[in-house]
This record gives sequence, C-alpha cells and structure tokens, in this order.
Amino acid sequence: MIHPVPVPGHEGTYVDGLRLALFEEMERDPNVIVLGEDVGVYGGAFRVTEGLLTRFGPSRVLDTPLAEEAIVGAAVGAAIRGLRPVAEMQFMDFISRGFDILTNFAARNRYRTGIGVPIVVRGPSGGGVHGGPFHSQNPEMYFVHTPGLKVVAPATAADARGLLKAAIRDDDPVIFFEHKFLYRRAKEVLPEGDGLVPIGKAAVRREGTDVTVLTYGSGVWIALSAAERLAKEGIDIEVVDLRTLRPLDEETILASVRRTSKCICLHEDTRTGGLGAELSALLAEKAFEFLDGPVLRVTAPDTSVPFAPSLEEAFLPNANTLIRAVRKLTAY
Amino acid sequence: MDMESRRESARALFQSMVLIRAFEERAAAAQAEGKAPGTCTSVGQEASAAGVVKALSSNDLILTNHRSAGHLLARGADPGRMMAEVLGKATGYCKGKSGTLHISVKELGVILTSTIVGGELSLATGVGLSVSMQGSDAVVACFFGDGAACEGIFHESLNLASLWNLPVLYVCENNQWQAFVHRKETMLADHISPRAASYGMDGVTVDGNDVEAVNEAARVAIAKIRETRKPFLLETYTYRTRGHYEPDDQTYVDPEELASWKARDPIASYKKKLLAAGTVSEADLAAIQREVETTIDGAFLFASESPYPAAEELLTDVYA
Repeated sequence: MIHPVPVPGHEGTYVDGLRLALFEEMERDPNVIVLGEDVGVYGGAFRVTEGLLTRFGPSRVLDTPLAEEAIVGAAVGAAIRGLRPVAEMQFMDFISRGFDILTNFAARNRYRTGIGVPIVVRGPSGGGVHGGPFHSQNPEMYFVHTPGLKVVAPATAADARGLLKAAIRDDDPVIFFEHKFLYRRAKEVLPEGDGLVPIGKAAVRREGTDVTVLTYGSGVWIALSAAERLAKEGIDIEVVDLRTLRPLDEETILASVRRTSKCICLHEDTRTGGLGAELSALLAEKAFEFLDGPVLRVTAPDTSVPFAPSLEEAFLPNANTLIRAVRKLTAY
Repeated sequence: MDMESRRESARALFQSMVLIRAFEERAAAAQAEGKAPGTCTSVGQEASAAGVVKALSSNDLILTNHRSAGHLLARGADPGRMMAEVLGKATGYCKGKSGTLHISVKELGVILTSTIVGGELSLATGVGLSVSMQGSDAVVACFFGDGAACEGIFHESLNLASLWNLPVLYVCENNQWQAFVHRKETMLADHISPRAASYGMDGVTVDGNDVEAVNEAARVAIAKIRETRKPFLLETYTYRTRGHYEPDDQTYVDPEELASWKARDPIASYKKKLLAAGTVSEADLAAIQREVETTIDGAFLFASESPYPAAEELLTDVYA
C-alpha cells in the first residue's frame, strides 16, 4: 500500500515534507526527474520517493544500479541539457562516490562555460540511529568548501519541503543534507500554499538575549531543548537555524551575535574544519568588537561515528554538552 | 555516391584532418617559442576525430576529453576562438576561464571537454537520457581514450546506457598511450570493443588511421543507434605520435614503434590514396593546405592580439 500524498495545511513529518515537495515539483515542471537506488519500485530506502513511480512513470522516476558516480554523472549531464534531476544517495555517506562529479563538473560548469547545472543531490545524513561508521556521517563540509555548490540542511518538516522545492527550482547545483534522525520525529503542520523556503536565509527559531547558538539540522532541536532548561536558570539563548550552509546568511548571523555578544557553534559533524570553524572565522573578522567572550564550538569529536550505542551517545553532541558550554560562556 | 559527392566528401575529410594537424602543431610550436602555455594534442589521431564527427548530424551532441581540438574543429568550431582559449584570452570560447583542455561550445552541441579522465563517460549517460526524454532523434557521441577505459566509470556508464537504451555512440580512441605509460603496461587485452558484449551492446574496432574506414564505421554505428536507440561502442585503433603534453621529449617511446605508426600517418596515407584513385588533384589538395595555413595564421594572430579577461571576470558567474 502506498501512503497517501501529504497535504498542505495538515500535519506531516520531515519525510512527508520531502515527499510532498517531490510530488509538487514533479507536477509543476515536467523536466523534474528523480533517479537513484531503489527510488522507484521500492519507493526509497526511507520511503521519501514512495508513490512517485506510480504517479509519474518510469521515464521520470528511474531506478539505477548501485553506481553513485554514474547516478550523479547522469544527473549532471541531463541537467546541462535542461532537465532538473533530483538524485538520491541512499545514505549521504555514499556521496563520496560522486565527489568527483560534484566538485569537478557540477560546481565548475557555470563558472567556466556559463551553463548552469540545476541538480539536487539529496539523502539522509547524521547519526542517532545506530547506523555505524558508514551510515551516520555528516559529510557536508567537503561540499561547503567547494565554490560553485550550494549546501542546504533543513531541520523541520516545513523546511524540508520548502527548501527542497527551492533547491529543485534553483539553476545551480544544490547538495541537500537531510537528517535521518528527524525523518519521523520532526513534524508540524505543513503550510498551505507553495511553502517555498528561500535558499540562503537562516531562521531565528528562538529569540534570546544572552548567547547565540548557531546550528543546523539535528542541532536545532538540541538547542531548543537546552534553551528550555537554561531558561529555568535565567539564561536566555537565541537559536539560529542556519538552514543553508553555503552561501551563509551572514546578515542574520551577524545581527544575532551583535545583539547577544556571545556565540556557540553547534553541530553534529566532527570538529576540525567543521562549519563551526568557518563561523568562528567569520565572527572574528566581522563581529570582533561586539564579542564579549570566545566563540565556542560544541561538536562531535574528531573520530569516526562509532557503532556501539554507548559510544555513539558519547560521540553526538546533546543538550547537556551544549548547556555546559553555555554556562561556561555566560560566566566568562 | 556519385563522383562529385565522393570528391566533396574526400575534400571535407582531408581538410578537416589538415586543419586539426595545423592547429595543434601551431599550438605546440607556440609553446616551444614561449608564446603559449603547454597543451595536449591528438597529432596522429586526426582520422578518428574527422571520420566520426563528419558522420554526425547537426543536432547530434558531443562530449569529449582533453585531446579535444580535433572533435571541436571537425564540428566547425572557430580556430581563432579556440586558440584564444588555449592562450587564456577573453575572446576564447570560455572567456579564457577554462583553458586549453576544457573547451565547451554549447551552440555546436559540444557539451563537455573533460580533463578529468572519464568525466565525459559519466555525463554522457545524462545527455543521452535528456535526448531520449525530449523525444529527439539525436545521437550523443562520447570520445574517450584507452586510459578512460581503465577508469571504473567506464563500466558504470556503459552498463547504465545499455540498461536505459540511451542513444550514445561511445568512441574509444585507443591511441596506445595513457599519459606516459604504454597501454600494454595497463591492460592485457589489445582492444576495448570486445567489452561491449558484456553490456549487451554492439562493439566494433576500426583502423583509426584510415579516415574513410572510420567515417563508414561511424555512419553504420550512428544509423544503428538512430534505429534502435541503443548505445554502440566504436573503437578507433590509432596512435598518439606527439607526447602526452607539450613539451614532451618522448624519451619513453620506442622509436621503432613510433616510426612504424608515423609511416601510417593518416593525412599522408589519405593523400596518397586520393591521388592514386584520382579523386582529387594534387593542386586541389595543395590549395586546401594553403587555405588552412592562412586560417591558422589568422587564428593565432586573433588569439595573440586578444586581451586577457578583465579582473572583474574573476567573480562573474559566482553564486555560492
């Protein structure tokens, strides 16, 4: 049985948001195609593409062999010719197989030839589901480092829908990092109407006066849960959901930190060369005189994602680790 | 084919090969004189480029690799704008931002020139998919070498193209060299085309130094693709007579092997054949050569006198 297509104005999960976006964009634009491993008959390993094959047929919903470079390469070739392919990586860990095509071809084409590559490469990243070292990674920074790629990482069901729609409509390549822990846990009423969420705009999820927490993906939920507990201690944190990691919404980031004067960067990705490092550099350059303390990072340690539940729990940042950092910074 | 069209076809193939040779030798000479950066040439392989590209129709599409000058010129690319790109000038096909080994020309259907070996194989399936979806009868020609056939993407791509019935003509220009390593040191089989069978695809090897044989084999393959909408692997067996890159002293090349292939030079061989058959006159061929020399002189002058891109160009076409 195929689950009914989610409906705007009704509650839906993060997966519902993604699924709705694909249905809406494929209805709207016949050039949108979906390709990847198990996306057709099976409906996607996480059911994100469920029902697309029945609705749109095998010429627009293409099951592929296990061949990530060929999937991404085919997407890029088709995009140069005017199609709008959405390629699924069954797990974002596997995007390493498409790395060459994304960084050398998708990212470079407009700059060197003037021709854009409107692809979306999307899939589940992140831990918290005991997936082990090859089904839990957060490989976003390889792409954030690459000029010519946009990188998006939604935290909510509405953003999953709205950002995926914006990514599909974008004339340039977008790498779309979904968070698998949030797939069925994050839910809300999906907005009526188009629900489009622009790429490049952060969202302030909670206003606060004492410390800004810059985060994305699963970090947003960690920060919101920490905020409730900290509020009881009289500490009022602001939670900025970056939503797009490249290009960064510098305006929202700087406005928040100029107001609170203290900042913590929180992410599930590992520490060295993580987005927190880039954000710290940005603040050092553009908000130095507003800062009343060091910019801190709360991240996973520089290790592989371990399999054992006890180790994975220790690996992932959580509300407790964030709260400790907030206390340290407010006392600074 | 009547005598007149045979003569026209012969002139076109000969002119195309001579133009490619003259362009690449000028680029190499300019490098030696310090007037141009290094480049990769396809000298010795001209019959493959001219023979295949001249068999394509105007709506067909091309993806190629770092030895692309032949495919571009045979397709009708302007030698001046190509040379300008080789020199990194603003008037180049990619405004000087791409450089010698990476010229794409959308208006001619040359979608990609990839210097990451095998990239053309990877993208060609998507181009083929777009053609299928758009209901066009176009064929996608994808040129790669025996080196690319050693990359993993060769397998992924040909498998996918076969599975999806994509109208792609895979042209493996087996030029016996993979950068500075002889093909014999990288694979045990002499030929690439037999691999087609394992994908349920047709595969043929043709003498890549015989321009008419290449042209005929390509016409047969293209007709078959148009009819069946299935991919085809054509191997043109040839030889790179210059080095991997300019400059390259080729000390790693067996002189006897090189001499034996130079004795089968595709341009000299074709000239001899045409004169023997009386298809065209010596004066006619000499006129073509003079015309090409003038064209290349003009192209180099145009490129040399063109400005480098302005500094503002650094940040154009930047979005993330």
